[in-house]
Parts: sequence; C-alpha cells; structure tokens
Amino acid sequence: MSKLGLDFEKVAQARKLAKNIADDVQGFVEQYTTVAVERTLCRLIGIDGVDENQVPLPNVVVDTLKDKGVLGEGVLFFIANAMIETGKNPQEIAELVAKGELDITKVVTKDSKKIADTLQPIIDENINKIRARRNRREHYLNTIGEGPKPYLYIIVATGNIYEDVIQAQAGARQGADVIAVIRTTGQSLLDYVPYGATTEGFGGTFATQENFRIMRKALDEVGEEVGRYIRLCNYCSGLCMPEIAAMGALEGLDVMLNDALYGILFRDINMQRTLIDQYMSRIINGFAGVIINTGEDNYLTTADAVEAAHTVLASDLINEQLALSAGLKEEQMGLGHAFEMDPELENGFLYELAQAQMTREIFPKATLKYMPPTKFMTGNIFRGHIQDALFNMIGIWTNQGIQLLGMPTEAIHTPFMSDRYLSIENAKYIFNNMRSIGDEMEFKADGICRNRAKLVLDNTISLLEDINKEGLFTALEKGIFGDVKRPKNGGKGLQGVTMKGENYINPFVELMKGKN
Amino acid sequence: MSEGLYSMEAKDFDKTLDLTKIKPYGDTMNDGKVQMSFTLPVPCGAEAVEAAKLMMKKMGLENPSVVYYKELTPGFTFFNCYGSCQHTVDYTNIYVPKVESNVMDMYETDEFIKENIGRKVVIVGASTGTDAHTVGIDAIMNMKGYAGHYGLERYEMIDAYNMGSQVPNEELIAKGIELNADALIISQTVTQKDVHIQNLTNMVELMEAEGLRDKMILVCGGPRITHELAKELGFDAGFGMNTYADDVASFIVAEMVKRNNK
Repeated sequence: MSKLGLDFEKVAQARKLAKNIADDVQGFVEQYTTVAVERTLCRLIGIDGVDENQVPLPNVVVDTLKDKGVLGEGVLFFIANAMIETGKNPQEIAELVAKGELDITKVVTKDSKKIADTLQPIIDENINKIRARRNRREHYLNTIGEGPKPYLYIIVATGNIYEDVIQAQAGARQGADVIAVIRTTGQSLLDYVPYGATTEGFGGTFATQENFRIMRKALDEVGEEVGRYIRLCNYCSGLCMPEIAAMGALEGLDVMLNDALYGILFRDINMQRTLIDQYMSRIINGFAGVIINTGEDNYLTTADAVEAAHTVLASDLINEQLALSAGLKEEQMGLGHAFEMDPELENGFLYELAQAQMTREIFPKATLKYMPPTKFMTGNIFRGHIQDALFNMIGIWTNQGIQLLGMPTEAIHTPFMSDRYLSIENAKYIFNNMRSIGDEMEFKADGICRNRAKLVLDNTISLLEDINKEGLFTALEKGIFGDVKRPKNGGKGLQGVTMKGENYINPFVELMKGKN
Repeated sequence: MSEGLYSMEAKDFDKTLDLTKIKPYGDTMNDGKVQMSFTLPVPCGAEAVEAAKLMMKKMGLENPSVVYYKELTPGFTFFNCYGSCQHTVDYTNIYVPKVESNVMDMYETDEFIKENIGRKVVIVGASTGTDAHTVGIDAIMNMKGYAGHYGLERYEMIDAYNMGSQVPNEELIAKGIELNADALIISQTVTQKDVHIQNLTNMVELMEAEGLRDKMILVCGGPRITHELAKELGFDAGFGMNTYADDVASFIVAEMVKRNNK
C-alpha cells in the first residue's frame, strides 16, 4: 500500500525497462576481462606484497601478461600451469616473476582438468577466509547487535590511518554506526592498490589492505566497548574496483561505495572498463555480505535537484538490475539519493520528503543511502546545521537505511572531531524525537507530495524508455546523467580491457555469485 | 559571568565608534564580544574548563566564559565560549588588492565582446591536479551557473570548454593551445596540506616554460583562493568566495581589451 498513492504498475513498467537496459550491458560485460579483474584473481589466490620498486605483485604478474598480449587467457590459467610445472604456490610464482626468473607465459599448457584440480584447494582456502569474515560479522550482529536504522554514517579523512582510528572510535562512542574512511584524492585513478599502513594523504587516507585491517580491529574494539557492531565503509570504485572488493572481503569491510556510473561521470573512467570491473566487484561484495552504495546523489551536485530528480530514480533502477545480475540481495543495495534542493525554494522540504518517500516505496527492502545537503552549504555553519536537521527529519520520516550525516562545516574543511559530535547529536535528537512520524502522518490526496512523486515517476519512465532505445553506453555519451557527457572509448583505463580468450577461466564467479 | 540571562557587567568603556580602533561588536559598541568553540585534548573536568579559559586569555579575550562543555571521547573536551577581545584593528589603514574590473552581467559582457573584440572569446577551464571536485568549475562554466548567475557556457560570445576534474595541468595547456584559447581558468577546492599552492605554482611554471604565460590570461578560483594569493603565485587574477561567472568573464574580457590597447 503506497502512502504516496504511487501507481505500482508504472513502477513495474519502469523496472522492466531498467532490466532491459541492464541485460544489454551484462551481455557486453561477460565477454571481457580487465587488468583489474585479473589482479583481483591474483589476490583471491593469495598473491600479495610488492616488488623492490614497491610495485604490487598482482600488477607485476598481470602487466607481464598484458605486455605479452595474452591477458585474455586470464591469470589463473598461467599461474595454474606454472604451479603444476614448478610445484610452487601462487605467491612464490609471483615472486619469481617479479625477479625475472620465471616467464609464466612460456610454461607448457596442461590439460584443463589438471588446471582446475590444482587451483581448487587454493580457491577454497580463500573463499573460506571470506566466509569466515562474513560469519564473524553475523556473530557480532547476533551477540552485541547494531544501532537502529537509519544507520548513522560518518566520515573520517585525516590522511593518517592511526589518526583516523582516534576519530573513528570517538565517532562510534558518540553514536555513529558506520565509519567511512575517505580515500586520498586521486586514488580512484591509480591503476594499482598501494601497500601497507599509510600516514600521508590529501583529503583522505589511502585504501590499502593493511589500513583496512587496522581500522577493522579498532572498530571491533570500540564496538565491543559500546555494545554495538560498527560497520566499516570504503571505496570500491575507480580503476581498482574489484581488487578493493577482494581486499575488503578478506578484511571484513561491511559497506562499499561501488558504482561504475559514478566513476564514468565524475572520475572520467572509461565506461567499458568500469562496468566490467563492477560486475566482478559486485559478485565479491554480494558473497561477502557487503552493502554496496551507489552514487546517484552526485548527479544533483552538477544538475539541478528539482529538474533532475528523475535521473536519480532512473539510475537507481538500472543500478538495482545490474546488482541483481551480480547476485546481490536487495538488502545489500544501498541505492543513493540526496537532499540537494536550493534552500530558498518554497516548499522544497515537501518535494524532498516526497522523493525520499517515493524512493523508499519503490525499493522497499533496500538499505537506501540518503545523502545530505552539500551544494548549497555556504560556510554559514548555523544555517547549515538547520539544513542538516531538515535532512534528518526526512531520513527518519521515510525510514532510510543509511543516513550520511551532514556536517555544519561542509564546504569549509574535512570534519573536526567536534563537527561530527554536533552532527551526531543533531541526528540522534531528531531520530528519537520524531521516531514514529512516518507511521503517524499521511500524504494528502492530490497534494504537493503525491503530485511530486507521480511527476518524478512519470519522467523516470520516459527517460528509461529513451535509454532503452539507444542503450546505456550511447545514453552516457549524450550526457543523460548529471549533465556530464562521456565517450564510449574515452576516459581512463580502456587499454586495460581485453576480450576473454579460449583458455580463460574464473571459477570464482560460479562459486560466489548469488551464494550469500 | 555566564549566570542568568541578563548581563550585569558594568559597561565602563568608551562606546563611541573609532575606525582606527575597532573591536568585535556584540550588542554594545566596543564590547569586544567574541563567540568561539574549540576542542582541547584533555579529559573533561574543572581543570579542562580552566585550561579553556586560560587559552582564551592568551588569545586576548577578557572575561573568558565557558558556557558549554562536553567530553567528545575520553581525553578530548569540546567548549563553547564567549569573551571580550582586548585587541583593536585600524580599519582606516587597510589595503586589500582586488580584481579591478567593473562586473558586468552576461548580456553586458556579450555586448562588450561584440563591440570591443568582435569575435568569440575562447575560455578553457578545469579543476586540475589531483583535485576531484567539479563543483567550483561547474559553478563558473556550466550552462546553468550557480545561485542565479549563468555560467560561461551560456554566454553567446564565449566558447567555453569545461574539462572537468583531475585534469593534469599539461592537458589543460594542451587543450588551450589546440583551441587557441584566450584564457585558461583553474578551480581548486581541496587545500589540505597546501596541495593547491603546489599545483597552481606548477601551472605557472609550465605556462612559462611553454612561452605562453603572456599569451593567455590565466586565472584561478576556489573557496580558499584570494586575489592576493593568485597574484603572488603568478596568476592574473584569483576569485574566492561569493564570486561567480560574471566576475570571471568581466575580468577576462576587460583584460583582453586592456592588453590589445597597449
């Protein structure tokens, strides 16, 4: 039953269109692999560490294949052959490759049964590690529990992982449920994942496996102290999307920003590359029980939040279908939307409320991620705190899944410890004081809110019809989302894409997809 | 001090405004009232409050008063405070360099270009370096603009090219050469550890190395950019908070005409 009087036949129609669009993309994606996907497979069979020039070993191995023009056969095929030939494990083989002592492309090809049998124990071992991580989270949730929804999501961004720990633990003690460690600016465009603990970054902290481990441990400690499981979030986006998914799965991350569309539009990453990468990363995230977050909120920072509201819903619907095709459950979908209208707009609150309620009703099981005002935050911290309060009212009213807390000092600096405290206090006050408002209030027939939701849904359907006619790639070239145009063969990372060859194998897809 | 709603403080100071000796204003001329908040890395308690007051005294505040405090996490205490500033500033003796151009709106600028330049002006912009924020360059360049000020793309007499974010300085320059640009504009949002200063300095050095520095107008902008800083770094102008496409366009076209007349 829709409180907004939404026509669910129209919703079904929109979903069907989105599925067609996603299926078309999926048909393309499955024929290809990328350097990032192959590096991910390296990590999933235990290859880690760096060579003497600090180049990660997964890069060393995969770049060798790429340079020799055999990347399409896939890294597992070559590593398995080398394992049979030398009797060594993948890590030892990668080290030999790094020293120039072994050319894995020259090893004689073994039969496919032997290759599969050789890989199986290593694959099982690493899958079991990820499963154990997942069980550990579930054990915590069943024993110490978690905070009520919407989860309070805050950001730490000092650049130094050890300083981040102090900020994160302080935030958890104040009431935060999710801690996101913002990445250093520019990491999304690195075609490798840096190694080890890091203490220098600009506007954020490098995502590395060691940093994940340090923060996971810190959040487990503080979670036990406050009696609430604290989720850890990082960024599974950019050129290392699936690699970071694998590292997060191995280290017990809970939430990942994971959206190819965002990378295409806002980081100018090649669309073919990142959609292929996204498929593998979402399979891993699905298996690891990670909640993915999509970045539709960003469309409204470049396009107008009133005029472009339907692009957010259209993108959420497409992202939902792409996620389903990678085996993610609806509960793991943190589809994004935002409170970004101009505060000067008359009745803007009602439009925002209508859109948030509409999103809730269209994705009833999703752990929706609701993003705070940023575009119209001015440096007037006092008004900013009120804008965030209005945003929080809608969050509790419409039962959002994850509330990314706005900071009064948005547009000034990365948050101080005290900024987070003020924001958490704001959200806790409003969430508690207005807890059941959504159950109490109804939307007037033919009123502003109902009409707004109807209009946005109608516009969404006509946009999806257009995208469905020409395909997602062409639509992106025309600037359909966020007023940003991106060419199919432009952007960063296209040279890392290759068609799968005859010998290509990736057993992880079969073992992980939908197995959660 | 902070007890009760009404200030019973004696106001035995000179209440006339003297622009050579201004002080912050609360509700009485020269009361010097300042509000501030900060965090000290100490546990909550009487000693913490005393430390906050001593800190304010060192900052030149008389009658420091802590009106609220709260331990954010063990070992860190947050304070909301008031005090009266004893320092004064001579307002009559202040000089701030500003971008010297009459700000015209979009229509006036288009007319100005038609009359004085007689062809379209080419402007290429980007958020360069590692900075991933498009908000600044979009506010200036996108058709829609920001806060009611149309962006450069909407100007009839301007060909505007927005390259987006994380563009290497070299690529912006290459695009400028390719399009025979009259002006290059750079937005910088991230300023942590002065990364913007390094990047802007690098841009000027590259332009000089290419022999382009005096051939194209070079401006930068962002929330932490001032005209003074931009000039210091070798730019023609810098645009900070509360400046829009109008300001940028007016400066560029006026500067082009000025240079041609030399």
